[in-house]
Amino acid sequence: MTVELGHFALILALLVAVVQAIVPLLGAQQGNTAWMALARPAAVMQCVLVTVAFAMLMRAYIVSDFSVHTVALHSHTAKPLLYRITGLWGNHEGSMVLWVMILSLFGTALSIAGCNLPLHLLVRTLSIQAMITSCFLLFILFVSNPFWRLDPPVMEGRGLNPLLQDPGLAFHPPLLYLGYVGFSIAFSFAIAALIEGWVDSAWARWVRPWTLAAWVCLTLGIALGSWWAYYELGWGGWWFWDPVENAALIPWLAGTALLHSILVVEKRDALKKWTILLAIMTFSLSLLGTFLVRSGILTSVHTFAADPTRGAFILVLLVITVGGSLVLFTLRAPILQSGTLFKIASREGSILLNNALLSVMMATVLLGTLYPLLADVLGLGKLSVGAPFFHRTVVPLAIPLLIIMAIGPLLAWKQGNLGKGRRNMLLRRLWPAAVIAIITAILMAIKRESFSTIVGISLAMWLGFATLLESAERMLLFRVPIRVSLRRAVHLPRAAYGMTLSHFGLAVLVAGLVGATAWETEKSLILQPEESTNLAGYTFTLAEIQSVTGPNYRATRGKIVVRRHDDQDDQSVAILYPEQRYYTDPPQLTTEAAIHSTGMADVYVAMSEHDIYDKLGVVIRLYYKPLVPWLWYGTGLMALGGVMSLSDRRSS
Amino acid sequence: MHPAFRLPLVVFMILVCTFVLRLVTFWRGDIGDSVPSAVALVNRNVPSFALPALPGRGRCLRSENLKGQVSLVNVFGSWCVACLAEHSFLMALKESKTIPIHGINWRDTAANGAAWLRHYGDPYDRVGTDADSRVAMDFGVTGAPETFVIDANGVIRFKHTGPLTSQIWQEKIIFLIERLQHRE
Repeated sequence: MTVELGHFALILALLVAVVQAIVPLLGAQQGNTAWMALARPAAVMQCVLVTVAFAMLMRAYIVSDFSVHTVALHSHTAKPLLYRITGLWGNHEGSMVLWVMILSLFGTALSIAGCNLPLHLLVRTLSIQAMITSCFLLFILFVSNPFWRLDPPVMEGRGLNPLLQDPGLAFHPPLLYLGYVGFSIAFSFAIAALIEGWVDSAWARWVRPWTLAAWVCLTLGIALGSWWAYYELGWGGWWFWDPVENAALIPWLAGTALLHSILVVEKRDALKKWTILLAIMTFSLSLLGTFLVRSGILTSVHTFAADPTRGAFILVLLVITVGGSLVLFTLRAPILQSGTLFKIASREGSILLNNALLSVMMATVLLGTLYPLLADVLGLGKLSVGAPFFHRTVVPLAIPLLIIMAIGPLLAWKQGNLGKGRRNMLLRRLWPAAVIAIITAILMAIKRESFSTIVGISLAMWLGFATLLESAERMLLFRVPIRVSLRRAVHLPRAAYGMTLSHFGLAVLVAGLVGATAWETEKSLILQPEESTNLAGYTFTLAEIQSVTGPNYRATRGKIVVRRHDDQDDQSVAILYPEQRYYTDPPQLTTEAAIHSTGMADVYVAMSEHDIYDKLGVVIRLYYKPLVPWLWYGTGLMALGGVMSLSDRRSS
Repeated sequence: MHPAFRLPLVVFMILVCTFVLRLVTFWRGDIGDSVPSAVALVNRNVPSFALPALPGRGRCLRSENLKGQVSLVNVFGSWCVACLAEHSFLMALKESKTIPIHGINWRDTAANGAAWLRHYGDPYDRVGTDADSRVAMDFGVTGAPETFVIDANGVIRFKHTGPLTSQIWQEKIIFLIERLQHRE
């Protein structure tokens, strides 16, 4: 009964969304205030209905109602409660309901927070949101309905893919969707602006916090997915350039460009058409990401729904939303009046360069991701585009980007040419960072590091120190008494701290990427109990092999004592318990790596059982991974910077 | 209207056309050709290929080598932990002289592959190196290790994904091989 209630609520939500998509928009065109007033209550209503549907579906998962088709396919009574709940979005149908719920939550948030917006703009934006919601509700109700009953019901469910039974992955999809869907607000604002034919700095101020919030969620979502792959897939890789990962990276790159270009609209009343196009593209690429993952058009390890009917349906949705908005852009963009032309040696100039580089990067990743598909369709043969392509194309683009990132924040808005005075100012402020980067490069060259490592680490140093210097400059640190500096520090806008944190976070991330790639050492061997081996200054001893029984798996667990190699007094640094798990429903084998992190490096141990010849022993794979923790610190700082900037009262 | 504003739309239309073409092939059921899957490949001829040998190991691997007698093709890589788990089983199998085992060194550099075999032992008759996945894709390889049973006519008869163990060998493969060898 509750399941039907949820199903019914979803149908009602569709009807409300259709009304919300049409009536307020017509009202805004004809100046009918009564029709326009419908938008806000409709947004709230639609959200309540979708939430009811979501709650009913969740109930079915929690109580293991196997008369529901999707629950029977994807859940199991032996699963812990957390994974019964997260199992809801571990499958296609449920994840689409989550998608729509987040979409309607954003719509409601906008209708509440948007009371200071001009009514016509708010109403149009909410109508566009409702159009997107309607499309997705149609998609759910017709081709991926999670509420279908199974008659007769089964006694036990099939279970969730054990790889997905993990806290990291449990919260990866919701965060990723918060990011994807969050960009819909910028999209709707852009469409509304195109309909109305104006964009100004007020518009940019309204759009920016939403974009920033979405960007923070997407950043965290991507990091969480990468972290999951790192510890769960058992060989310590954190990025595979897999189509599904790229599908999240592409909108992230577009969203990052959008965040910066909105600033230019806000401060300088310029770059309007480009910003509108970026807003459309960012959300379109998010849709494309969903499309690529859901349709099975690109096959990948992550794909759990490959169904051509759905693919066709999403394609139609994509043509309507993306195609429609691009047609609107083609027709209306020339109307938008842009402000002044601007010079390259200014803040907006550096942002323009940043945008150009990020866009080329985005296009490259998109091309690399879709190229196998294009090649296949055009009959050029089957091929896969792997990491080498992306490294060779993305890295050269990242180098100028990192250089500019250090300089840009020091330039003032609306500045003209680089006169002698300004050149001196830049030199005075940047030379410490340049010197540190050069010294790093020389030291590393002496240690015979590879060229790319030297470039990468030096650039990270350059960006990191230049960012800190810029921040110190704002506080006039060391130039005025420390008390004055502190007072200045307190009064600095949080948005400024946000930028510093994010840029510094990227420097940390870059150092992590380079270090983890260049300095990893590894070893794999068969160990028997009491045997030891050495790696990177540590001694690893297999103390014992245990058998463990979990709630829905049994496991072989190794107890590995890690000591410092040169340590005489036998103190262990860590005791690691890598596992190999045998899940029963569905039957699958997973590797649970054990990681000891020192903050500067990870010691990573993965194990698989070795049952040949009846000798007791396990295959152990050891990794010493310097700077991998920095990947998580870096992305964490970037997201924190976003949150900081978001909390700045002036930005909302 | 400035033509530059039409560019995003044009790019998008090209993408849509590609997707439509791909979906149409999905519907015609030709998916087996574009993305070889496990089921689609069993009972088909091995794809024709020629892979270079590993350094220090004389014999390369070509599709013609897979005709004439029943054989195993095992996909491995020096980066693959699970390959190490099945490795001693493969060594034992080689000792038993039941069936020739050929290797495809997948997504690996030839030097690393050769070093791995030198270090742990070499159970293979012929080994080809497939660094860019060209042949592995035709075989429908989704992960390593993966093992194919090929009959004397060069037809794939069975595929096992994951490490080979004596249990799997006893339960799933040994009878098939005996039957195929008998027919031969």
